[in-house]
Amino acid sequence: MVAADNTFLLPRPESQLPAPRGAWRDKVFARVVLAAAVVVLVILALIAWSTANEAWPAFQHEGLRFIFTNRWNPAKGEFGGLAFIYGTLVISLIAIVIAVPISAGIALFTTEVAPKRLRKPLVYVVDLLAVVPSVVFGLWGLNVLGPMLNKKYISIANFFHGVPVLSTIFSKPAGNKAIMTAGIILAIMITPILISLMREIFSTVPSALKEAAYGLGATRWEMIRAAVISHSKSGMISSIMIGLGRAMGETIAVALVIGSSPQITAKLFGPGDAMASVIANNFGEAEAGSTLRAALIGLGVVLFVITILIGAGARAVLNRSAKKLAS
Amino acid sequence: MANISTRRRALRTAGAVVGLALTVAACGSSSKGSDTTTTTKVADTAATTTKAADTTTTTAAAEKLPATTLNSSGATFPQAFYQEAIKAFATDQPDVTINYAGGGSGKGQTDLQGGLVAFAGSDGLPKPEDAAKYTGGKVLYFPTVAAPITVSYNLDGVDKLNLSPDTLAGIFQKTITKWDDAAIKADNPDAKLPSVDIVVAVRQDSSGTTGNFTKYLAAATKLFTLAPGKDVKWPDGVQKGAGNAGVAKLVKDTAGGIGYVDFSDAKATGLKFAAIKNKDGKFVAASLEGASAALAGAEIKADLSYNPLNAAGADSYAITAPTWILVYETPKDAAQAKATKAFIKFILSKGQVLAPTVDFAPLPKALVDMALAQLDGFAK
Repeated sequence: MVAADNTFLLPRPESQLPAPRGAWRDKVFARVVLAAAVVVLVILALIAWSTANEAWPAFQHEGLRFIFTNRWNPAKGEFGGLAFIYGTLVISLIAIVIAVPISAGIALFTTEVAPKRLRKPLVYVVDLLAVVPSVVFGLWGLNVLGPMLNKKYISIANFFHGVPVLSTIFSKPAGNKAIMTAGIILAIMITPILISLMREIFSTVPSALKEAAYGLGATRWEMIRAAVISHSKSGMISSIMIGLGRAMGETIAVALVIGSSPQITAKLFGPGDAMASVIANNFGEAEAGSTLRAALIGLGVVLFVITILIGAGARAVLNRSAKKLAS
Repeated sequence: MANISTRRRALRTAGAVVGLALTVAACGSSSKGSDTTTTTKVADTAATTTKAADTTTTTAAAEKLPATTLNSSGATFPQAFYQEAIKAFATDQPDVTINYAGGGSGKGQTDLQGGLVAFAGSDGLPKPEDAAKYTGGKVLYFPTVAAPITVSYNLDGVDKLNLSPDTLAGIFQKTITKWDDAAIKADNPDAKLPSVDIVVAVRQDSSGTTGNFTKYLAAATKLFTLAPGKDVKWPDGVQKGAGNAGVAKLVKDTAGGIGYVDFSDAKATGLKFAAIKNKDGKFVAASLEGASAALAGAEIKADLSYNPLNAAGADSYAITAPTWILVYETPKDAAQAKATKAFIKFILSKGQVLAPTVDFAPLPKALVDMALAQLDGFAK
């Protein structure tokens, strides 16, 4: 029965059958699709080439020090961008750690738990969050959330005072701008996209699977764990990667709240800086042909490469887990 | 079972690809449509501008200019003044549209190099080694206005504060960290200075204001050892704000705060600002008169470049920032050149009266005359 339903998917034995009328459309379609795929690759390659080309003077000037040292002093012609790379990774990590559990929870709630008539309005509200421009998040972070969090940071710092390691990570803030604040703002910003991606994924779980779980006597939580989550694992990892990509590229909101101090520090309540925000802060005044301009574009290239590496890494993880499942 | 799910997945991907192809196709057709419309529009405007150029070459300069659009970009520091001047200029020449896009001195210079703008605003002048990048030929500099950069502070009970360059350098390098430090006391023998921590606020974005402030410090005192420039590697622990308004807000919100803020933002935020000891040893508070006095005391070179920072003169305010408009000496578009010339002339005449109303200092008459003389040779 099942096999009969799917026979149309089997390759057509072309030698035996006469070509159906309109077969040329298939060929045209294949070419159009191929062209679309190639265009994407070509655009990516051109972006990589032209930015790397513009950034070349900085790479030449600094060599590997560009990404392996932390000495950023444009006035003296020193461009070591490690602190920005560090900052971008740290705030993105904070954002993911906060946003993923919350998003997964909300997505599960709207697909599995919430009463049917509540689902639509909930989804609508979440989608509204996604259309708030990032500069609004930034200004809110600068003027409202930052000062508010600052007081919390002080009490947290007092709590951990004297505890080794933790007293450094959670040491007293030096102003309203902090790495942690940037991470929290980013978490709020990537939550809507994470929720809608995960909702899509959870809704593709076949109801037969869920019913089977219930049939075996599973509670709702057991059903979610056994049927929904295990079926959606790879999709969830993909959505987390998309969220991570968004977090790393976010610019204005981060530029407003992170404090713009290029330093590699474990102090999450202190100021730091990120790749996208240092570009936003300095590009306008970076004169054409200056090494500073090349270095800023170079940071863009580094961001580009890191994003691709993370994407490829996620792919590799997915492939490995798929193989494990198959064997 | 697994087989079915992979097939389903294959189907789903196929569906997604079809969708993508459709969108691409749709984009393709729509962009083609808009292409044709834009080309016709461009052709239209090209026709009108050539016509306009024909008529302007035959009429006198003082007459009403035909419809022209001037695009410009550059320094944000004089942007408030240029905006005001553009508004006033529109009553004289209603058919000339001027867009000043801001974006920073660097952007202005880049845009002028690429020939994207009719003129560029810039707080600094192009370096000699970059001259080759200006593909439109020789670049002329027209000084327009100047403005003081204030050292604003927030300290209860201290309404008058004197600072010498040495003290200022100590504060911004964080070697002086308390308001009742002996150095500040020496500058202010009569003030009651509290034992409060000094919170230094600087710009987080690359800025000509930072450039002028640090260049002033480097010129005025040997104690300032940081490398001056638009981006400065400040010591750890300084607070950073975006734009003049961001620094002004930091100072306003922080007891014991001090920062460099341009005159109009400092006034708008209601900040108190310090009197700075000038080259002649006098403490002068930031004011437009002090800025004009500094311009009068500065040495002006043949290309109209000048440096009013740390200028001589008893009434000079020491931290006064200049700004210029950059143009090509012989622009390609005759109609735009005519309009640019009229606008610069306006800035150097009526614009000078307008400047103080938006907190900018007018140029001294000698400098205006030199600029007008140079303007005669422009776009001939």
